[in-house]
Amino acid sequence: MPQPVPSSLSVQRRMPNLWDVVAILCVFAAIMAVVKVTPATLQPIDAAGATDISLDPSNLPAYALRTTLRMFAALFASLVFTFIFAPLAAKSRRAGLVMVPILDILQSVPILGFLTFTTAFFMSLFPGKVAGLELAAIFAVFTSQAWNMTFSFYQSLTTLPNDLVEATRAFRLSGWQRFWRLEVPFAMPGLVWNMMLSMSGGWFFVVASEAITLGDKSWTLPGIGSYVAVALDKKDMGAIWWAIFTMFLVILAYDQLLFRPLVAWSAKFRVELTAGATAEDPWVLKLLRRTRALRVVGDAVGAAFGAIGRMRLDFSSARRPTRISQPSRLGDAVFFTITLIAVGAAVWEIIDYVVSHNVGFAELGLTVGLGLITMLRVVVLIVLASLVWVPIGVWIGLRPSLARSIGIVAQFVAAFPANLFFPVFVILIVRYHGSPDIWLTPLMILGTQWYILFNVIAGASAFPGDLLEASRNFRVGGFLWWRRVILPGIFPYFVTGAITASGGSWNAAIVAEVASWGDTKLQAHGLGAYIAQATDEGNFAHVVLGVVVMSCFVLAFNRVLWRPVYAFATRRLTL
Amino acid sequence: MDGHIAAAPLVEVRGCRQSYHKDSATDLLVLDDVNLKIASGEIVGLLGRSGSGKSTLLRIVSGLLTPTSGEVLWRGTPVHGPAPGVAMVFQSFALFPWLTVQENVELGLEAQGVARKEREDRAEAAIDLIGLGGYESAYPKELSGGMRQRVGLARALVVHPDLLLMDEPFSALDVLTAETLRTDLIDLWMEQKLPVKSVLLVTHNIEEAVLMCDRILVFSSNPGRVASELVVPFPHPRNRLAPDFRQMVDDIYALMTRRAAKPAASVPTPAAEAGFATPLAPVSTNLLAGLLEALAQPPYDGRADLPALAASLQLEADELLPMGEALQLLRFADLADGDLHLTDAGKQFVHADTDERKVIFATALRTHVPLVAAIRRTLDERWNHRASAVRFRDELEDHMSPDYAEDTLRTAIAWGRYAELYSYDEEAAQFSLEDIDTAS
Repeated sequence: MPQPVPSSLSVQRRMPNLWDVVAILCVFAAIMAVVKVTPATLQPIDAAGATDISLDPSNLPAYALRTTLRMFAALFASLVFTFIFAPLAAKSRRAGLVMVPILDILQSVPILGFLTFTTAFFMSLFPGKVAGLELAAIFAVFTSQAWNMTFSFYQSLTTLPNDLVEATRAFRLSGWQRFWRLEVPFAMPGLVWNMMLSMSGGWFFVVASEAITLGDKSWTLPGIGSYVAVALDKKDMGAIWWAIFTMFLVILAYDQLLFRPLVAWSAKFRVELTAGATAEDPWVLKLLRRTRALRVVGDAVGAAFGAIGRMRLDFSSARRPTRISQPSRLGDAVFFTITLIAVGAAVWEIIDYVVSHNVGFAELGLTVGLGLITMLRVVVLIVLASLVWVPIGVWIGLRPSLARSIGIVAQFVAAFPANLFFPVFVILIVRYHGSPDIWLTPLMILGTQWYILFNVIAGASAFPGDLLEASRNFRVGGFLWWRRVILPGIFPYFVTGAITASGGSWNAAIVAEVASWGDTKLQAHGLGAYIAQATDEGNFAHVVLGVVVMSCFVLAFNRVLWRPVYAFATRRLTL
Repeated sequence: MDGHIAAAPLVEVRGCRQSYHKDSATDLLVLDDVNLKIASGEIVGLLGRSGSGKSTLLRIVSGLLTPTSGEVLWRGTPVHGPAPGVAMVFQSFALFPWLTVQENVELGLEAQGVARKEREDRAEAAIDLIGLGGYESAYPKELSGGMRQRVGLARALVVHPDLLLMDEPFSALDVLTAETLRTDLIDLWMEQKLPVKSVLLVTHNIEEAVLMCDRILVFSSNPGRVASELVVPFPHPRNRLAPDFRQMVDDIYALMTRRAAKPAASVPTPAAEAGFATPLAPVSTNLLAGLLEALAQPPYDGRADLPALAASLQLEADELLPMGEALQLLRFADLADGDLHLTDAGKQFVHADTDERKVIFATALRTHVPLVAAIRRTLDERWNHRASAVRFRDELEDHMSPDYAEDTLRTAIAWGRYAELYSYDEEAAQFSLEDIDTAS
């Protein structure tokens, strides 16, 4: 199992530098700018785009199909974005200075807090049409998928093996040819792995983005997410189980037909000459490779891509020998001027927004306070989930045959959109009158705890056999074994899992701290609930404030806690 | 020290068998009826080819592995589970990267619940003894291979084991470093500074065994057996260049080649009779061609003494012997009494050009390697000239362990490809006759 480096940690710097500040200002200002244009365009739109959702289970296959199509549309958009953004950031020193921190900040913005604006924004582009809603949903999924894929691609581009780069130079490949012959294949394993992670996370967002309420208006797109939302409204438990069952089938199909074949296929791009131990091909890939008809189709697709890659498309002269080019002074001056102007505009935008919406320090204090509560939740959840899953993961990981089967199950479960299970919990809380502040909390980690489990399993199964033998030979056992042997060994893997889990939990807070069942509404105290409530009331200023504060929390959480921990883990604890 | 040897043995292994369980066929033997006694005060060497089961035996002695049948006695009492009084030095060092040198060395003591002060003192003593003073706070990553293995040694010595087990401890090190470590270890042993009673050393390096051990058990492969036992009569320090020393190394070479040559002719299991399931060692055709050329040229002129050949090609016995055996299998050379000499077919091969070589190689393969012949025959018979590699692997696995089967199949693939007898599609795991000129 490949171990992806969490992209939020791959950047070496820990303390925010000037470029981070630039990025933060630009991103936040952009958020405010989008919000500012929405209220004006929102009014004329009526509920014409809304579609009726029928709770008849026979409609579910069609809904599932539409949900899935949205996922793939978003994935495609993310790929296009990745292929444009990452090479730009990697190849232009100047662009990279700004683009990389921006990507880092964008990763920390809670997407769910935004659904309303983007919906309104896209509906204003296509007034009264479903297309606007569709695009909004796809955009929401896109924003949950694109950043880590781009990061992965960017990283591959900056770590190309030098000998291969020189080989492409020596054979005079044009930039375009080099991109398709070297850079894309080299980036493929990491990119595919990140696509998979993105897809897994995306199900959660596609379900959340199909039913959108803004003020007293609500829009629903035909899909599984809306189906569940309507079922919640109508208190139809049977329908919810049907939706869960359908989703189960969809994820199973996606896992078997796409995920596994792709991962196995991408293994061939690893840059290593030794034929390592490879797992057996998943059945779909076997089918593709063995069946003559499918092979012909596959070869045709391959040939088409090959043809694209062979085109010279020589824009710049690749024949020019590389010189260590002096950075041009003039270019730098232009670049910095533009950056300064952008920052100035951003600062102006932010000040303008704050002043005109009268967001005072009291409100800021309130949101920070609520943020602390949500942070407490996240921390407690991660600790609890670790206490449960680390021992179990180690136990499983040290048993290879078990690890293989359970690992597959854990990845499957991680892809399942946990929000489909929320109603089940809500009903229990309503029935037993539990305190929402405590009992809504577990929902935040329902979907993301599996990352901890499967990373720990991966770590334990990768633990070197000779170290295990040495510890047995010296009869290291009990607590000493945990402390000296296994915990340090799996720690880097655990951190990777915990980062993914905590990031996901922040995002989930927006949908998990508020829940409803028919007319009953449960609300916990926290920043997520604050954002959800402000959205409900149509109070944009508060939504923006909430989103910005939450972004800052996530950023700080990553920079202050996870990045040093991860740096320590890779420096000290890896083999 | 002689007085100790007469006493009850420190460890005794009786009638030990280790088999690999396979559901479809009879159990495959890794170790067959191994008996071993280690007395106090001796260094015993287990010498054998890789895959001969000597490391498995080491793990059985240490209690890390329970034998399928037979027993291990420690001072007369059977042991179950990791034995107290043994400490192991690993080929891969097996140091915990997150512990400093000092912490790594202390680990065994910590497990025994030794008090902190004593732990630190003993660890420092062991670190100083092994020549690592000053490196206590370093992490293994910061050390060179030789230094790391010194830490491995210190970690084993600090628990004052009765028996020190060494699993090819020098084979991951370069020649110079390995030699320094060997002599340091022998010096400490002679000065009786090592806090151990006996040493069991697993190695595939013949000279190393003769240099260090009092007694050598030569292992034969597949299944592992103790083929012969030799006492090394020379006093320490030993001189590698002394004629007696050289003679002993030569003798052991002869012993190992004789054993290795035997099974093909005389072990008649049903499948081995057909030769289909003869294990093939993974030797590349380039190496074979290179060896044949070296053999044909002066100073060898068609006949070479194996130790001398190994020394001049900078190969270990463990690497040279499979190559010699492959040549013998193809009838390009003969392997006997520690000598390798070129046959007529071998000479023909050396003098041929690239295409002719392929033809000669193909003929040799089809006549002398039944597995390759069987693959080609199957392909010829199939209407689509395709065959899955899986079925050949399954058939092989009925007669040998999965590792051997994998190696054998890989070798058959590589040799057959070179000889242009068939092509192989790695992704589909299929043999085929695509791009093969079938007229020949």
